[in-house]
Amino acid sequence: MSQVYAVQARNTVKAFGQGDAAVRALDDVSVDIRRGEFFTLLGPSGCGKTTLLRLIAGFEMPTSGTILLEGQDITTLPPNKRAVNTVFQSYALFPHLTVAQNIGFGLQMQGRPRPEINATVDRMLALVKLEAMAHRKTSQLSGGQQQRVALARALAPQPKVLLLDEPLSALDAKLRREMQIELKRLQTETGITFVFVTHDQEEALTMSDRIGVMSAGKLQQVGPPREIYTRPVNRFVASFIGETNFLPATRDGAHLRLSGGYKVDLPAGCTVAEGADVTVTIRPEQVRVGDALDSGAIAAKITSLVYIGTDTHCHMLTDNSTQIVARLQSAATGEADFATGQRVGLRFAPGAAQVLAD
Amino acid sequence: MAVDHLKPGLAKPSPAERAAAATSARNGWLLSAPALVILALAAIGPLIIMLVYSFLTPGPSGNVEWQFSTKGWTGIVYAKDIFDDTYKLVDAHMTIFWRSIKLSLITTVLTFLVGFPTAWFIATQPPRARAFWLFLITIPFWTNLLIRTFAVNQIIRNEGLLNTLLLKIGVIVEPLRMTYTDTAVLIGMVYVYLPLMVLPLFAALDRFDLRLLEAGYDLYASRWQVLTRVILPIVKPGIVAGSILVFVPALGAYVIPRVLGGGKQMMVGNFIELQFGQGKNWPLGAAISMLLLIVVTIALVYYTRAVSGGKRDV
Repeated sequence: MSQVYAVQARNTVKAFGQGDAAVRALDDVSVDIRRGEFFTLLGPSGCGKTTLLRLIAGFEMPTSGTILLEGQDITTLPPNKRAVNTVFQSYALFPHLTVAQNIGFGLQMQGRPRPEINATVDRMLALVKLEAMAHRKTSQLSGGQQQRVALARALAPQPKVLLLDEPLSALDAKLRREMQIELKRLQTETGITFVFVTHDQEEALTMSDRIGVMSAGKLQQVGPPREIYTRPVNRFVASFIGETNFLPATRDGAHLRLSGGYKVDLPAGCTVAEGADVTVTIRPEQVRVGDALDSGAIAAKITSLVYIGTDTHCHMLTDNSTQIVARLQSAATGEADFATGQRVGLRFAPGAAQVLAD
Repeated sequence: MAVDHLKPGLAKPSPAERAAAATSARNGWLLSAPALVILALAAIGPLIIMLVYSFLTPGPSGNVEWQFSTKGWTGIVYAKDIFDDTYKLVDAHMTIFWRSIKLSLITTVLTFLVGFPTAWFIATQPPRARAFWLFLITIPFWTNLLIRTFAVNQIIRNEGLLNTLLLKIGVIVEPLRMTYTDTAVLIGMVYVYLPLMVLPLFAALDRFDLRLLEAGYDLYASRWQVLTRVILPIVKPGIVAGSILVFVPALGAYVIPRVLGGGKQMMVGNFIELQFGQGKNWPLGAAISMLLLIVVTIALVYYTRAVSGGKRDV
């Protein structure tokens, strides 16, 4: 087994509680996280993403299954024996220590020599741009600064994997966007494998090399952001990442026939049987709203228009009662192109339709 | 101690504002007058009386005669030998002081060793259970100290509960003689002062963020290092508060050494009582009381510094 993977979880199950009352927070999850990648575990709260992170950190032991770190079985190792560090959601900075002492804590516990500790702490302070704050108590820092101390503290011992448990959730929107870029920079500069947990799909899409989407204790789909967004494998992934439309369809030769007779090309590699009923998903930005007189288009009526600045969300009801949302780029003049109650014809961009497994 | 500086850029108060501030300060004094009167009468008054008495001459049947003397103070350390009129160090006094300090320190350490795990246990319980355990801790306060001390005596005497039990299970072959020894006094003091250690420790541990434990383990600290490098430094104010609450009353303990020490293993408290009673040497008693007060004050100042200070550079 080469060292291609930083972390591997194999058939991990984590059950809380006993007997019939037991809840499976993780239900047979297997995932391979590559060395040096920015891997994000994405899912709603209670989906098991934090539990998986805690299994990797060693705060919890799996009920069954194994955790490998660079090919070594670390399932039963305590946290202080694992070359893995965590950035906690609450930061969990030591209030009795200064910024520099916080950053040097891990190195000190490892028994590194003093000069090395000082040098590393200085390097970390420079990395997170907090040189001026070195001797402050952590309570004297702003939220964003505390966040950076937590990062520097976890990076200082040069772990094989850095775990980040929703570290940006306590920051305001503007600071969060800055920290997203900062995190990505730190990951590129240090080359350390990042495992990032979040429920924010935008965060996941912007930072990750790969995303693992979780729901109900199971890993639903693993892939790069583009793949997750454009080719979701099931209804959960499609609806959790961004907005989407679900339409019933039937296979008809080389096409999928949507209700109402509109035909789209069968996506490549689609193995649906002839005549089978399926659900397809089409992103709102792939819906083209046109003239009602367009004979080949799906006839629909606009039920509401929601202006959100860059875009206008156009909610429609087709003649056979399917709800469809389209995202239209707002006109430069600020004029509305459509009006509520107007009859329109819908078409979909080529290749936009994606067949779902369930 | 940190000194608050006036923030730069803050406007200077106008004359009107200053007048208003002066009025509110005056009203503040007026409102706190009843408390100040009680404080003067109940706390400072007796202290002044004691201070004055310590510089007077003992009366023949107790009380004092209004004649200045420093014998009360020098008598703590030296006394005239009744045979050859030379001044000698009073060994008996030194023994009593040393025993008081020693027993109080040991009591403080023992209550901490027993109290810390107890407080930790309570602080990590769910809120409902926490209230229950705290309630149990406070139960001893409902019973008079004297009665509780006699109860301890019943437990540790030769035919007492402890010895009977140990004999029955065969740990010992003859009863441990504990009554009227330092050990008995120590057992009594640890028992009585334990809640005073547990409560401030609990208050500190209750505020302790348990997530810091995971942060410690995550950063390669062993369990022992998490205790000594994370938990103890953070809850230090609670440890200091508990230590003061135990050490100070232990140093002045009277009932416990009287009952469990049987009058033989005297502590400072008993010695002071003796001077005002049979000893008929009020100035000496007053002087020792003042000395005790000074020692305690110094200890308090030292501890307060230790807690609030601690500004260290890396």
